[in-house]
Amino acid sequence: MIRFALNGVMVAVEAPPTERLSLMLRERLGKVGTKVGCDAGDCGACTVLLDGAAVCACLTPAARVEGRAVTTVEGETPELTLLRASFHAHGAAQCGICTPGMLLAAAELLTRNARPSETEVEQALGGVLCRCTGYRSIIAAVVAAGEGAWPEAPVSGAVGAAIPRVDGAAKVAGDRFGADDWPEGALVVRAVRSPHPHAVFAIGDLTAFRARPGVVAVFTAADIPGRNAFSVIPPFADQPAIAASPARFQGECVALVAFEPDAEPDLTGFPISWTPVPALSTPEEAEAGDLLHPNRPGNLLIEGRVVKGDATAALAGSAHVVEGAMTTAFVEHAYIEPEAGSAWMEGETLAIRACTQAPGMDREDTAAILGLPLDRVRIIPSATGGGFGSKLDISLQPLIGLVTLKTGRPSRMVYSRHESMTSTTKRHPAEMRGRIGCDSQGRITGMEFEGRFNTGAYSSWGPTVANRVPVHVSGPYLTPHITAKARAIHTHGPVSGAFRGFGVPQGALWQETLYDRLAEKAGIDRLEFRLRNALCDGDASATGQVLQATGIHDCLLALQPHWTRALAEAKGQRGRGVGVASCWYGCGNTALPNPSTIRIGLSPAGEVVLHQGATDIGQGSNTVIAQIAAEALGLPLAAFRLVGPDTGLTPDAGKTSASRQTFVTGRAAKAAAEGLRAEILRRANAGEGAVLSLEGATLSVCDRGASTRIDLAALPTDTRGHVLSAEASYDPPTAPLDANGQGSPYAVYGYGAQVVELEVDKALGTVRLVKITAAHDLGRAINPMLARGQIEGGIAQGIGMALMEEYLPGRTENLHDYLIPTFGDVPPIESLLIEVPDPEGPYGAKGLGEHVLIPTAPAILNAIRHATGAEITRVPALPHRLLDALGGLP
Amino acid sequence: MNSGLSVPDYARPQSMTEALRLLAECGWRVLAGGTDLYPGAGTRLTGPVLDLGGLALSRIETGEGLRIGGATPWAAIAEADLPLACRALQQAARQVGGRQVQVAGTIGGNLCNASPAADGVPPLLALEAEVELVSVAGRRRLALRDFLLGPRRTALKPGEILAAVVIPEAALAGRSTFVKLGARSHLVISIAMVAARLVVEGGQVRGASVAVGSCSPVAVRLPAVEAALAGASVAEAVDRVTAADVQAALSPIDDVRATADYRRVAAVELVRRAVAEALA
Repeated sequence: MIRFALNGVMVAVEAPPTERLSLMLRERLGKVGTKVGCDAGDCGACTVLLDGAAVCACLTPAARVEGRAVTTVEGETPELTLLRASFHAHGAAQCGICTPGMLLAAAELLTRNARPSETEVEQALGGVLCRCTGYRSIIAAVVAAGEGAWPEAPVSGAVGAAIPRVDGAAKVAGDRFGADDWPEGALVVRAVRSPHPHAVFAIGDLTAFRARPGVVAVFTAADIPGRNAFSVIPPFADQPAIAASPARFQGECVALVAFEPDAEPDLTGFPISWTPVPALSTPEEAEAGDLLHPNRPGNLLIEGRVVKGDATAALAGSAHVVEGAMTTAFVEHAYIEPEAGSAWMEGETLAIRACTQAPGMDREDTAAILGLPLDRVRIIPSATGGGFGSKLDISLQPLIGLVTLKTGRPSRMVYSRHESMTSTTKRHPAEMRGRIGCDSQGRITGMEFEGRFNTGAYSSWGPTVANRVPVHVSGPYLTPHITAKARAIHTHGPVSGAFRGFGVPQGALWQETLYDRLAEKAGIDRLEFRLRNALCDGDASATGQVLQATGIHDCLLALQPHWTRALAEAKGQRGRGVGVASCWYGCGNTALPNPSTIRIGLSPAGEVVLHQGATDIGQGSNTVIAQIAAEALGLPLAAFRLVGPDTGLTPDAGKTSASRQTFVTGRAAKAAAEGLRAEILRRANAGEGAVLSLEGATLSVCDRGASTRIDLAALPTDTRGHVLSAEASYDPPTAPLDANGQGSPYAVYGYGAQVVELEVDKALGTVRLVKITAAHDLGRAINPMLARGQIEGGIAQGIGMALMEEYLPGRTENLHDYLIPTFGDVPPIESLLIEVPDPEGPYGAKGLGEHVLIPTAPAILNAIRHATGAEITRVPALPHRLLDALGGLP
Repeated sequence: MNSGLSVPDYARPQSMTEALRLLAECGWRVLAGGTDLYPGAGTRLTGPVLDLGGLALSRIETGEGLRIGGATPWAAIAEADLPLACRALQQAARQVGGRQVQVAGTIGGNLCNASPAADGVPPLLALEAEVELVSVAGRRRLALRDFLLGPRRTALKPGEILAAVVIPEAALAGRSTFVKLGARSHLVISIAMVAARLVVEGGQVRGASVAVGSCSPVAVRLPAVEAALAGASVAEAVDRVTAADVQAALSPIDDVRATADYRRVAAVELVRRAVAEALA
């Protein structure tokens, strides 16, 4: 029996003495606010205080807390109370998975140092990783907590108000993620995974393994009742939930074991024999190699192309032409929450609660794999601890679904960090090359681009990447002649899927570094070159789409004074450099329907009930969609109660992907709220300008001095419990692309540009970022604080892509060999919110989430070249690569 | 889940005598701070585990030299009042993982884990550190350079505990600096690191101890560099560090963090910077 004070209360618990404290707190004491991100001390998410000192609970033996005091996020100390409020006010919690660890590390600091500086905060919190915020808001929150003061939040939740997120209180209390709720008696599910990138395997006689104490069931591919092939794009369905031989990538699931809840979930001795087969690891090998999928010759999944005019002739007639190549790596999403969830039966319905970005797609895929009609699967998204694209694809949903369906018992599954990194999708590695030309005035004449993208073993979002890259690879610049092709090639690598930008960040690295060289050739300032070529309203894009609300010009103009200052400051300073790069990005599916539906109702008690199906993975849709609805309805946000997302309770608001939620679901929310408002006004016989107010169950409609009161409690309710309600859908108008990629693939584009100031250590090939200034046209900032949070977080991921992130299968499958930016790697960021309203967006709003990552990496490379002359053509620019480019290696 | 309480093979002795008696009986996994043991443990740490947490092994004592208990956590070393010769060790102590790892991880564990990238090793080599190893058979001292045999290999015998790290009085002279190079700011396993301790008298380097980590199977001292520095004036010291002298002692490898060629080049620069900073 271990006795200790937990948040000030003595507890006694039976636990093995060397059990990880994190496990004991979560499993035996139900304190699930302590999050587990790595079980290795690499991420700090499980930080708790032991006698006031910050420790990783995953590295602390249970026995070591005997007679001591443990503080978790469930505790209340003066420091924690202050920090919670400050984190909330500063938007320092996005997805919230790292927040408990951050809060406790900060609480320890405040007890040692009541008024810490930014540097002291960075040092003290440096052991906790965050993948969402870019750290700057966390630093600001802790410094402000020390000072005990920060500006009041706006009272109104109207569009444009920088209010704290509506789900923020839960985030700073320790939100409930996929691993944090499970039904009593849930079986523990574990997967047997391939240790080889390509291997034939045979599962032996399972009788003895099945008879082991604690083993409830074993399932293989043969047990899948439905179609054992899924893809986020159904016509490409090729990925098995449980693979039959052969395994096509390292980490692929080949069998499942369900254990009794109190058994040791030990897979040792699982009867399986492996025969490794030569693996195709690069597109070059794969194009000439054996086929992974028999119907895809050359291992080509798809080629995307955009052809407009005659690029070859245009280049031949150009005053200046540059040619170049760029190579990028697999990039891991590295959200701090490994995949986790639970499943149970509700009568005939299979319910699955798990982290996700796409409950509707999870439902369709899971139903198809399990051979169930759609209405027998319910997906309930848990709080999701970061996604960035990878949690668009199903992971454990069909696995726990299968176990629960077959056994009739609830089940749960939590991926280890290794399992999360090896089995889920990655950003596509790209090999890109081509030419760009301009005339003597520096106007772009034409572009030729060819890119090969390693799409890994299965399709996932490979088709989207291959289609998006040619559409976007001109950048936001008028390019009259273009030939751009991108091929997605299968290899035995990890499945490449969606990652913030769908290939566009890779393309931008190529195009933006080449534009710098072209500007130089033309003898034009690099920012001026971009301004001169920036797309304007009425210009046709590479796909021939005539554009409106093009904000790139405004973004570049806003950066101009910063650019001038930065260049002046860098002048004559050893190693200092300044770089700029732009982005544009179409919001929503590429030339495909992607509707969202929102329902909104009034309850008899006088609540506005928003059925909000847009999954909030930290980006803020719970808040932004509600702000839009409140504005359109004309009732205060405080009267709102959010329902969902839950496929059983909310209409489908589509996936949290392609920077579409604010735009597409926002439009649906606006329409639904306007519908409800119209219904209210009709009942009150009031005009458009009427003012609504709620007092308890009484809804007042005030129109030109006349007031009508509606007693909501007296009205009949519908099956959902609403007395009045409205539902509306929105699907962005797009036109399909023809064989040459011509058409109008997106209804709305967002634009941006960033200036990076840095210092290169030429002797070591290292980079110190000094400042990043980011101008992003988001049409209308529905919530400026959340928008800034997106910018800072996207920049942090761009920094990682440029300087340190490289996923190597079999080698960097943890968070100490795979490096993501830490505190100290993200410099001060100044965000300039540019609002060029789009007539299609709700209140003019455009998407932002992916745009923000795109310019960062190329702007860093451009700054490095400015500082040193070194041309980096392969990222990440690890010190040895940069030093090599500087000529500093033998 | 996991409520199965099969009898754990676990002991938390309250005295060194008891610890050594237990350790002599069978093979235990010795648990100090746990920061290396748990990450390698998979879903759970399996026994038998001998927990050193009950022993008074975390004292820092001065007198004849400096004696640091084997289970002293890095945070305590960082915060201790130590001579300037130990500055490199204290700087390294602030860079072993994050603060959470510094609070739990111990100096003895760092040495017994014997990673080629162990942050504690170069500063301790520059301090001529010895390790005190105790067992039921008695007590012995070994120079740290003889204790570390290779990656994950030490001269620790079955039944022995690393009770203390001892720095001889003579090595507490001068000032030292630690320079760590990695691809990010915090929580980084080094590409290369250097500790340099210089004793200066009358504007001249009287003695230099320079050690490099992550550039060979075990961190090493650089005898040729040290010889070249001895007798140099403070002004010319850095220029006496030659690439050939630094690289002669190193045998780096290519890994996910950097290439061997890069390490050879970077080590030279880091040595120069460490020497310059130690003299500043």
